[in-house]
Amino acid sequence: MPRATPVLGPAAVDVTLDVNGHARAIHIRPQRTLLDALREDLGLMGAKKVCDEGTCGACTVLVDGRPVYACMTLAVATAGRAVETVEGLAHDGGLHPVQEAFIAHDAFQCGFCTPGQIMSVVALLRARPDVTADDVKRAVTGNLCRCGAYPNIVAAALAAAKRKK
Amino acid sequence: MTKVVRTRVEFEGSVSEELALVQGEDAEPWAQGEELVIVGHPQRRVEGIAKVTGRARYTHDLRLPGMLHARMLRSPYPRARVRRVDPSKALALPGVRSVLHRFNAPKAAFRGEETIFREEVRFVGDEVAAVCADSEAIAEEALALISVDYEVLPHVVDLEEAIDEASPRIDEHGNVHDADRHERGDVRKAFKEADAVVEATYRTATQMHNSFETHGAVAVWDGDMLTVHESTQHIFGVRRGLQAALRIPYGRIRVVCDHMGGGFGSKGGVGKYSIVAALFARELGTPVRCVLDRHEENLAAGNRSATLQKVRIAAKGGRINAIAHDSWSNAGQGRWIADPTGPTKSLYDVPNVLTRSYRVLANTGSLAAFRAPGYVEGTFALECAIDELADRIGIDPLALRRLHAASDRDPISGLRYSLKRLVDCYDIGAQEIGWSRRRPKGLRASAPGLRRGLGMASQIWSGGGTPPAYATVHLNPDGTAVVRIGTQDIGTGTRTIVAQICAEALGIAMADVRVEIGDTDSPYAPISAGSLTVASIGPAIRLAAMDARDQLLDVAAGILEVSKAELRVEGGAVVSRGARTPIAKVFEELQNYTVIGKGARLPNSEELVLKTFGAHFAEVEVDPRTGEVVVDRVVAVHDVGRIVNPLTARSQVEGGVIQALGFALSEERVVDRPTGRVMTPGFESYKVPTVKDVPKIVVRFVDAPDTCANNTGTKGLGEPPIIPTAAAVANAVANALGIRVRTLPLTPQRVLDAVEAAPAAKGGEADRRGDRRS
Ligand code: FES
Ligand code: FES
Repeated sequence: MPRATPVLGPAAVDVTLDVNGHARAIHIRPQRTLLDALREDLGLMGAKKVCDEGTCGACTVLVDGRPVYACMTLAVATAGRAVETVEGLAHDGGLHPVQEAFIAHDAFQCGFCTPGQIMSVVALLRARPDVTADDVKRAVTGNLCRCGAYPNIVAAALAAAKRKK
Repeated sequence: MTKVVRTRVEFEGSVSEELALVQGEDAEPWAQGEELVIVGHPQRRVEGIAKVTGRARYTHDLRLPGMLHARMLRSPYPRARVRRVDPSKALALPGVRSVLHRFNAPKAAFRGEETIFREEVRFVGDEVAAVCADSEAIAEEALALISVDYEVLPHVVDLEEAIDEASPRIDEHGNVHDADRHERGDVRKAFKEADAVVEATYRTATQMHNSFETHGAVAVWDGDMLTVHESTQHIFGVRRGLQAALRIPYGRIRVVCDHMGGGFGSKGGVGKYSIVAALFARELGTPVRCVLDRHEENLAAGNRSATLQKVRIAAKGGRINAIAHDSWSNAGQGRWIADPTGPTKSLYDVPNVLTRSYRVLANTGSLAAFRAPGYVEGTFALECAIDELADRIGIDPLALRRLHAASDRDPISGLRYSLKRLVDCYDIGAQEIGWSRRRPKGLRASAPGLRRGLGMASQIWSGGGTPPAYATVHLNPDGTAVVRIGTQDIGTGTRTIVAQICAEALGIAMADVRVEIGDTDSPYAPISAGSLTVASIGPAIRLAAMDARDQLLDVAAGILEVSKAELRVEGGAVVSRGARTPIAKVFEELQNYTVIGKGARLPNSEELVLKTFGAHFAEVEVDPRTGEVVVDRVVAVHDVGRIVNPLTARSQVEGGVIQALGFALSEERVVDRPTGRVMTPGFESYKVPTVKDVPKIVVRFVDAPDTCANNTGTKGLGEPPIIPTAAAVANAVANALGIRVRTLPLTPQRVLDAVEAAPAAKGGEADRRGDRRS
């Protein structure tokens, strides 16, 4: 259910974001993107700025469990919602199964698109643990990879899905 | 002992003589079949955890206390004289710290020019001024407030327009410049005596790197010591570039590149952004970051030149008897070109060859090396022409190539190859794709109305590596080691290979090796380009680890009171006649003893030519009604010496093939002729392959160590896999349609145009069926 976003601004405002389960209070201008809030205000450098115009997926994070392009999302619009970034996946030193699978299947080269790819796959597998290669492709079709790690990304996602079952 | 020798160095297709220092003795190469425990086995990337958790720090991610942000003002005109720059309004904006432009910037030598802000800007995106401000947003806002008085000059952006005599001359020496020429045999006579001649013109589009991490740097001064963090393929090259631009001592410059989001050839040296960051940081006494955005990246950070190539090829007695290849490359404002005629000169044993290559200037951004620059473009033209000739004389195109592929000598120098297994690549690939199914008029398609075809193409490239490259290996008293070398991992898996070779040669586990790269405070290593990394640094790392191992054995012999000859290091322990003593135990009483091993890459043999070879095979389906080309399968076979890490090697090949498919089918920079603007500056309009565009890719290696190449038997793999794919796909499309499309990318429009222009091929369904039965 979309919640009504209070009108904020135009001057800088205080907002509290729920990032990886932690309440994080920041003071930002309302036009700040979620990506800039994460990177510049919260120091979370996992999500990458590759295009800043919604065309590559490198900034993908989850908002209430759904993958969004953080560069196309206003930070203030995510107040009161659960934001998850790649930094929040590993727990107690243990990697998330998708992260494990990305390493085992060599699903990255330079790694710059990787946080975004992983978040898209995590969202997919949470929604539907039983997936086919086509499902995976659809889920990461908005995540470009210039190094061309695609075959291994698909293999990693399928392996992670199998392990979760 | 150190000796100075001359050595032949090949880089990105050009060969030069350089001086090299020979230090120490080389090791016996790891032999074919030698039992290796870490090298040659699949290993996960050592930086894997950092990359999947978001902890890996890239230049983009660096945030330093007090850091300011610089942005560039770029020319909106393809060619203009900058008459006046007025930054006063920008300077009045709160948060703006400084503006640099051609009237106030210090001289800074950059790529043969004296300044980074030209009087005559020469392409849309050329740097006019730079702003430094408290935030990127403020800097960006300030750019719009700088007023510049431009005198607009006549321009030309298109390759063929630039060649045309009637177009504006944008350089005092003209637009077209000689770049390379090669002649052997008697081409004129060979064409006169030919049984068949094919003459065709091929075109390739400008391809843009689009590394995911854009070019950028962060500069920090500490007194008179400059540290620059840069996303680069060559930290030492950046250091030299900064030395020249800023005229400060080499010893006062440190360049660091930790993790890096790709480069593909475009990040070979210092950029204007790094110089600007360093200038502002010095002036303002605080760190400065200058990072390009995606659109700037596609204006001013390099590209693969568009080409126009004319090939004439002659057959006599069922063999290729002569090739003439003329090529023009759009260098933009570049001072060099990557020669597309390289493969024509060297790939096949053909007696009569004439190649001429030209650099064409235009008012577009400079080219930059792009993964096998020149060879990708040239292989397309050459390998299509060979298929056209094979069709003409009615011989299977692979069979025709085989006649010219077996020679063990480089046709240019006449010297022997260290190893050449091209024919094996043909055998493996043909078997894997099912080449025997190929018919001159295509295969049975999956549905009525579609056409299916097979095509292939060969690859030649350098990759033999070169000195200088040095490494040190520190063996700690607990049995762990640190290997230090001034290379960088641009995403190819270099870190992992460094750890593998060190662990293998030292006799310890990979997990006990820490890899320190990407810092000019380490020993020198070459640029991560030209597929020369592994074959350059690998032998040095191995020697350094062997040196450390040797010293360890000296110590162990004394401590264990066993003769050194009876000792070896294995799995982190010193082993003698069945007794295992962990390294930590050997050092127990020595406490803080540190073993320091060092190694230097020795020169290549003067008598041998080092090359990599390969062949790609493609199966495609084409819809002649829509022009859509679907690549079903690519089989990529490479002969690159020993494979150090089969896991990452396969990724490297898949990535190369995918980038090549972009070049073949969808990637094309479009520049508006009247305004000189790049109309495809982002991923919305510039189509890099997505996950859905990827066919089944079968990767195979000959995997025979080249024991004459260096002590690890390795050669490079970064570039070979991007070279032959486009030609293989184009040949498969021609096989499917019976029509040749000679311009890349093979967009639906181009395919449709070709189908339309060849009415004879339409409605040929009946013949095609007949043919299939035969
Ligand atoms: S950075 Fe957000 S989609 Fe590219
Ligand atoms: S791994 Fe480099 S962009 Fe995907």
